[in-house]
Amino acid sequence: MNETQKILADSVNRLLTTHATRSTIQGAEEGAWPVVLWDELVDNGLTRILVPEALEGAGASWADAFVVLKAAGEHAAPVPLAETILAGFILGRAGLAMPDGVVTVMEGDFLLSEGRLSGRAVRVPWGRKASHGVALVKSGWGVEAVLAPLDYARIEESENVAREPRDTLTFERVVVETGWVELPGDALRLLGALVRASQMAGALDAITAQSVQYANERTQFGKPIGKFQAIQQQLALLSTQAAAANVAAAHACSKLDASLDGDYAAFEIACAKVRADDASSIATSIAHQVHGAIGFTYEHGLHFATRRLWSWRAEFGSGAEWADRLGRETIARGADALWPYVTGR
Amino acid sequence: MQAFRFDLCELPEETKGLRQEVRDFLAVELKDIPAVTRAQTWMGFDAEFSRKLGARGWIGMRWPKKYGGHERSAFDRYVVLEEMLAAGAPVGAHWIGDRQSGPLLLNFGTEEQRQLILPKVARGECFFCIGMSEPDSGSDLAATRTKAEKVDGGYKVNGTKLWTSNAHKAHYMIALFRTDPEKKHDGLTQFIVDLKTPGITIRPIRDLAGNAHFNEVVFEDAFVPDGMLVGSEGSGWAQVTAELAFERSGPERYLSSFLLLQEAIRELQTKGGVDGAREIGRMVAHLSTLRQMSLSVAGMLDRGENPALEASVVKDLGTGFEQDLPVKVHELLGIEPTLRGGNDYSQVLGYLTQTAPSFSLRGGTREILRGIIARGLGLR
Repeated sequence: MNETQKILADSVNRLLTTHATRSTIQGAEEGAWPVVLWDELVDNGLTRILVPEALEGAGASWADAFVVLKAAGEHAAPVPLAETILAGFILGRAGLAMPDGVVTVMEGDFLLSEGRLSGRAVRVPWGRKASHGVALVKSGWGVEAVLAPLDYARIEESENVAREPRDTLTFERVVVETGWVELPGDALRLLGALVRASQMAGALDAITAQSVQYANERTQFGKPIGKFQAIQQQLALLSTQAAAANVAAAHACSKLDASLDGDYAAFEIACAKVRADDASSIATSIAHQVHGAIGFTYEHGLHFATRRLWSWRAEFGSGAEWADRLGRETIARGADALWPYVTGR
Repeated sequence: MQAFRFDLCELPEETKGLRQEVRDFLAVELKDIPAVTRAQTWMGFDAEFSRKLGARGWIGMRWPKKYGGHERSAFDRYVVLEEMLAAGAPVGAHWIGDRQSGPLLLNFGTEEQRQLILPKVARGECFFCIGMSEPDSGSDLAATRTKAEKVDGGYKVNGTKLWTSNAHKAHYMIALFRTDPEKKHDGLTQFIVDLKTPGITIRPIRDLAGNAHFNEVVFEDAFVPDGMLVGSEGSGWAQVTAELAFERSGPERYLSSFLLLQEAIRELQTKGGVDGAREIGRMVAHLSTLRQMSLSVAGMLDRGENPALEASVVKDLGTGFEQDLPVKVHELLGIEPTLRGGNDYSQVLGYLTQTAPSFSLRGGTREILRGIIARGLGLR
């Protein structure tokens, strides 16, 4: 992290400590919209961090955005900050102005004709709370970014296991704004995987910290359980998994900054999502084991992070999906190309 | 929480030429060496090869020129190391001297010791081994019993070192001896021991694969002159701790099975189809992440920071990766490992399946590393 990023991290973490409290998170799970939290994020320019300055954004880098995305994951911020940041990036690339309010991203089967959007997108994050959705539509001519108002979309509500809205949106000839964009057709899946991997890095750090703290406080057999080697070994393992996921996600963000005219760090993003998924499976299981029964209650807050990890690891492509893609490409390049490829990027 | 610090580290652009130079060199040098031999990487001992690297300036790369070094960056050194390991070059002869004995002498050695030894190490003509473990002192290094008693002009050494890799081929040992039986950690001192000294008997120990690379080294009234004491008497523990940070920080802690991954991909390539792609992709993702973590540690070394904790994290994850690899490819391909016959894949698998248990033992066991990490987390 450079100095600017350290300052950014401090201020985002302070904001989220104040406004993404346990009661805010619980309230959001019960359907309340955290007005104050969202307004603070907007007022501090965090929702528009990847929007170019010319379009009234911060024009920051993905390496900067990583700091914000990670913090959002670390605090289990119950708002579509990651989605709005990603939508802002896509709109910026297309030269489209980002509307105020919540903007989400939509992966789906769409048809674009005469400026009207038809089709369906499933499991759209926070669809019901968003004013607009951003999609990418590929045609023979290239890729178009679409900014669709959601007032005319049919919305079927659903949730992920973290009780974050994941809604199905259906459009029938809805008038939309469009702009040609220099992005691969699957850029939403790719960049969606990156924002989730970044959030997961934060959530993994959070459960590491909570588990260490709990182990130092909880006393059994006359001493804190963290003094037992069996627990220490498990917590060490948990922390190394979190560290690996963090490095992989941070590296992918920084590589993306360097390859916005190239392959959009597809290799590094795939690695990051695979690594975050693998880390989550190990880390959530250790965190719950260390916490014992109390961590299994709704009252204790560990699950706000672990349930997110269980959802996020499968969103925008699970580790298996990305590993499959990485593996096919690796095998196609051939055995002797692996090392030159890994070191040449 | 910020228990560890892994700042991203990009290799400087100017390392690219060096990398190509190393690759060109290795393409010629290794072209007739079978994969199963290359799979030994830093366990492979080839004095002639080490001399060639010395002539190229690829040993002691970071050391001052006045000691035969080349004053290159930590990144130049990193590139040379990772290329050697990925190609399976037999770098074992000079590995210890380059990685830890040389840096130890630069940190704590006397001017005479540096002048005497470092230029020879950098030329690839002088090899080191590490005398830490003993029959009753493995993970509990402070239990070291081999005794160095003060006598006129030096020390008289009695005791036994164990699991000493390449002692039978090395010129010197950096040994940890007990100079004060009354104290524990503060009673330990490091020495440079010339292995031709009378009173030293070196007996090779066969490992489970039948190879004899490690040894029992017995000291019977062996004399070590005063001039070979490293640092100061009683400061051995602190020096060893610093040395272990070097021992644990390199790319050899995740690349030991790299050749097997390569050969597994070749098998799948030959079979055609996409079976196994997912498992290969997973391994590649872990490999790439470990490399970034390892590079981050190299960055800390370059800035003169102490990466002891981060190096333990990378070593724990890295040895887990290289140890899992033979298991994963077995699950994937189910091809029998061989000692002879079969193809490159089955031979490399034969070698690595048998060697893998050592990965999480050498240089500090997994449990010791996790103890260090737990301390870093504030649990101890």
